[in-house]
Amino acid sequence: MRKILLSFVSLLIVLSLFGCHGSRGSAAFEIPEDFDETRSYEITFWAKNDTNINQVNVYKKAISDFEDIYPNIRVSLKLYTDYSRIYNDVITNISTNTTPNVCITYPDHIATYLTGNNTVVCLNDLLEDEKYGLGGSEVRFDAPKKDEVVKEFLQEGMIAGDYYALPFMRSSEALYVNKTYVEKLGYELEDIISWDKIFEISEAALAKDGDDNYLVNGQKVMIPFIYKSTDNMMISMLKQLGAPYSDDEGNILIFNDMTRDILYEIAGHARSQAFSTFKISSYPANFLNAGQCIFAIDSTAGATWMGSKAPLLDIPEDQLVDFETIVMPIPQYDENNLQMISQGPSLCIFNKADPQEVLASWLFAQYLISNDVQIAYSKTEGYVPVTYKAQSDPVYQDYLNADYDEKEHYQVKIEASKLLIDHISDTFVTSVFNGSASLRDAAGSLIENTCKSARRGESIDDAFFDALYEKVTSLYHLDQSSAVSADRDLGPLPVTSKALLSVLAFAWICIAFYYFRSIRKDSR
Amino acid sequence: MKKLLTVLFAVCMILSLAGCAKKEEPAPAEVFDPSAKSEGVMTYAEYAAAALGDEVVVEGFVQAAQSYWNGAKLYLQDPDGAYFVYCDGKGEDVDISEDDFAKVVVSTDYSDGWVGQGTGAKVQVKGVKSEWSGEVEIADATVTVLDSETWLAEAEDVTALLGKDELADKMNRFVKFSNMTVEASKDADGNDVAFLYNWDGSGTPGSDLYFNVSDGNATYNFVVESYLCYDGSEVYDAVEALNIGDVVDLTGYLYWYNGANPHITGISKK
Repeated sequence: MRKILLSFVSLLIVLSLFGCHGSRGSAAFEIPEDFDETRSYEITFWAKNDTNINQVNVYKKAISDFEDIYPNIRVSLKLYTDYSRIYNDVITNISTNTTPNVCITYPDHIATYLTGNNTVVCLNDLLEDEKYGLGGSEVRFDAPKKDEVVKEFLQEGMIAGDYYALPFMRSSEALYVNKTYVEKLGYELEDIISWDKIFEISEAALAKDGDDNYLVNGQKVMIPFIYKSTDNMMISMLKQLGAPYSDDEGNILIFNDMTRDILYEIAGHARSQAFSTFKISSYPANFLNAGQCIFAIDSTAGATWMGSKAPLLDIPEDQLVDFETIVMPIPQYDENNLQMISQGPSLCIFNKADPQEVLASWLFAQYLISNDVQIAYSKTEGYVPVTYKAQSDPVYQDYLNADYDEKEHYQVKIEASKLLIDHISDTFVTSVFNGSASLRDAAGSLIENTCKSARRGESIDDAFFDALYEKVTSLYHLDQSSAVSADRDLGPLPVTSKALLSVLAFAWICIAFYYFRSIRKDSR
Repeated sequence: MKKLLTVLFAVCMILSLAGCAKKEEPAPAEVFDPSAKSEGVMTYAEYAAAALGDEVVVEGFVQAAQSYWNGAKLYLQDPDGAYFVYCDGKGEDVDISEDDFAKVVVSTDYSDGWVGQGTGAKVQVKGVKSEWSGEVEIADATVTVLDSETWLAEAEDVTALLGKDELADKMNRFVKFSNMTVEASKDADGNDVAFLYNWDGSGTPGSDLYFNVSDGNATYNFVVESYLCYDGSEVYDAVEALNIGDVVDLTGYLYWYNGANPHITGISKK
């Protein structure tokens, strides 16, 4: 009897050990057979806008229209104006299980959210579900099918082999040029400008008259070349050179000699003050529009702020200078191999205990990529719809080709959108892993620190870069990042592990047996 | 008799001892001088004269601060002038630990209604004098909390300087604007409203609050910075309750963004 009892106990212990492996805080989402429309659902949507009321109005109309289609779903909107604040709030709410249902975000951020157990819904099955998937038979609105989503944009939502993000809008970066001043300096612009040429023209723009005014604009202020996002700048330059940055395994490869060469080049132009950054000087658009900048690189989604006739302005009108604005691809190292970054908001869906609630969230997310929402939102800035279906819609085509005399058809914005549409195949993204957001920050930090030190007259040499690499590695914890496992099922334990655990369990049982036996002996 | 004599002697001795005791002169109390600086530290005048890009070392008293998690931007002042210490929130621009930050603000409970009221703690700041959209600030700063008495500035009324170049001389100080009239802002639908969430109304409760006020000559745009005064704070609620035409007194820090853009921390209706 005692032997049977012992065997039973040891079996229980071993089984309990197996049960611990791969345990999860919440169950993975499984698509319900049917969407229960007899129930009501309250879902939350955390959305980001570019401090642009037109975008807010698109969100509100989308919600209203969706609620008309699905009267049993109520969507409450929370608005943000920067991604980092959404990111911080999501991280805070993961721990209290109070995440939103649907959230605008970057794939880099999702990689961090995925460190929680089943926090974010994997979209693999949802995308293709016959009834509720993209364009599914039970979806009540004209939704795009999976193959109608721009392939490159859909791929960007893939993390560790699974889909976790649905693209919402796409943008890239554009070079906004004061063509009037370029020509005044005696230069002609080609379709694509090289890095060498843009720095050459920028240096030429620094010439002054005897009263310390810049010759090109007659003002005391001139920063010829300003880059808004220096993380994008570094990433794009490395990509164009074919230099390493990171890989899919989450290895950090940015600290190499090509990065150093780029920084040496930038340092020279920062020292002369031909080049500056948003963090050091302020918004490129403000300087461009005041005739104090010739080359401004910013998102295509910032196009409505660019140019002396821009619909949105951040400087007093009396500071505006009249000039011709043109939109170009960012500078290139190889004009025959154009490379420009793909960016823009994506959607992720957070897992909940109630699969019906998740399905309601998915239907809303899917509605956000339907034509009406896509076209309306893309008109607010230099964004591009993420579906072929919306891009080819006559309404969108009419928007792109209409007269350029209305605010809605502001030429610079239209040109920025066309720039991306014409170059979708030239866009790229970087690998996403737990830590890729930090690496991105670090990439920008290398440029910012180099520029600041150069402007202050510090020595920029190999010792400087050695110290900078060390500082940035430490500050952004780049020695601690890792690839995302995406919380996939780890599968059964290997046989060797099972054997080892069994031996351990058996040893503990023997110890317990010996202990109780000695107690019994003593008590006798 | 002997007993009486003994008691008498004893009293005499005690009195004589007391008479002999040298009267202790109280040590001269060290007068707290909020203008005093440590060795090697710039006066405000020296700081003001420094060129942009110069390394600076200043000391000031923390009047207010934006939330640690949003960059821990510090509003410093001494009796001679004020300083804004900038951080972009990624840990590179201001080197101040979370523990030290807790010493310079009244509360670090960042729940609804949090206000970054400073304790008046004295800090030493080493950094680089910079300018961003007209705001003169100290970037790349290292902040050390000093062992000192605290000091908080009285709000200086600068209403008369509105619209004048001299207002820039008061940049970053704790200031007051008196008898200002709330003017209409336009919301997204073109309606007249007393305030907007974000500059164009694209925000929601919790965003920065923008509102227009007039001194009778011109209209100015003021802001309640949401990282300094959270939604639910007294000033945030008060601005949300404003009506067009209200006459108000306002206090805040004279921040600059392409012109005066005060970060309002107090408001009272007349």
